Amino acid sequence: MRTNELIEMLSTNIEPTDHGRLKRGLGLAAALGAGAALCVALLSLGVRPDLDHPGVLGFLLLKVAFGAGIVLLAGWLLTKVARPGGETRIRAWVAAAPFLGVMLLAALSLASAPSSHWDRMLVGHMWLECLVSIPIIGVVPFAVLVWAVRRFAAPTDLVRTGALVGLAAGGISAMGYALHCMDDSVPFVALWYGGTIAFCTLAGALLGPRLLRW
Amino acid sequence: MIASEAELRGLMRASLGGDAAAYRAVLDRLSRHLRAYYRGKLARIGRSQSEAEDLVQDTLMAIHTRRHTYDVNQPFTPWVQAIARYKLIVHLRHTRPSMADVPIEDAGDFPAQDDHAGTESAHDLDRLLAKLPEKMRRAIRYVKRDGLSVAEAASRTGMSESAIKVSVHRGLKAMASAISQGRAR
Repeated sequence: MRTNELIEMLSTNIEPTDHGRLKRGLGLAAALGAGAALCVALLSLGVRPDLDHPGVLGFLLLKVAFGAGIVLLAGWLLTKVARPGGETRIRAWVAAAPFLGVMLLAALSLASAPSSHWDRMLVGHMWLECLVSIPIIGVVPFAVLVWAVRRFAAPTDLVRTGALVGLAAGGISAMGYALHCMDDSVPFVALWYGGTIAFCTLAGALLGPRLLRW
Repeated sequence: MIASEAELRGLMRASLGGDAAAYRAVLDRLSRHLRAYYRGKLARIGRSQSEAEDLVQDTLMAIHTRRHTYDVNQPFTPWVQAIARYKLIVHLRHTRPSMADVPIEDAGDFPAQDDHAGTESAHDLDRLLAKLPEKMRRAIRYVKRDGLSVAEAASRTGMSESAIKVSVHRGLKAMASAISQGRAR
């Protein structure tokens, strides 16, 4: 095939381009993924039964806000890095901000408590459930986001894009798990939520080059 | 004929609005830049120049099917260079892994090769089209090859106008992935 033949074909009867497609596609995928994560979390774990106790709602909101902050930040970075050359226009360390924020709060919380309580504040009751649940609930949002990136985007840095997809999926998953989680301490959130979401990010970075190629 | 960023960007904006002449001009100019880029890169790592035209067409297809990912508020040349570099890396990785070490260009370093755009690749357009499902093949033949309007193609095939548009879009995407996987040789 001759190149001018191809150019002729591509430029014949061209349709106006829909500029919002990439953002809309990724947004739709995040919403679908969040819906799926919510369903999985509610069906397999259910909502915590002690919502009427004092202070419980505050902690639930803190965990949801931590997840939501991560999702919004990862989504915003993703709309940039999912375009060719976008990796030069983002600073990836911005994504660490929610983690640093919650670690700071955790440090303040630990500092204001007697050191004999630190163990319980950090380890909680259900650390293993948290460790297992967040990556598992994150599988569907991750898959939906990967599909959307492949379909609507064109990343040229697949490691970073994969990492951000993993980060967003981890954040979505944490929001779902937060409805069930009964460990109410900031150090617990920083360690186990932060750790599992970081794990999701790492998994995304490793899988990105394989899953996102176009 | 070396096109400047401002000129290319203006043409690309018009293209995204549906201006076919502007789009033809963009692709024509980009094909020269891409040809120079790939010939230079392949020569530097001791690879055959004949692969250059395959890569040019692979990249033009990618530019076409992913053109909505160009953010019109950003410079155009880095967007094209990123795709060109990405396609080169994928190509080299497919063919010889150890050579996949390609440096990022400076934004200013994007020369053009003023060759005739009739240079041929190893891809065969007819064979590519033949591999598509019937609906996509007819939609592409009428709208993109014969230059019929979407309405004319719709009445000739008995498909709806939106079905024609979707078939063209999907068909070109399928051709793009066939080209990038080397299934069109």
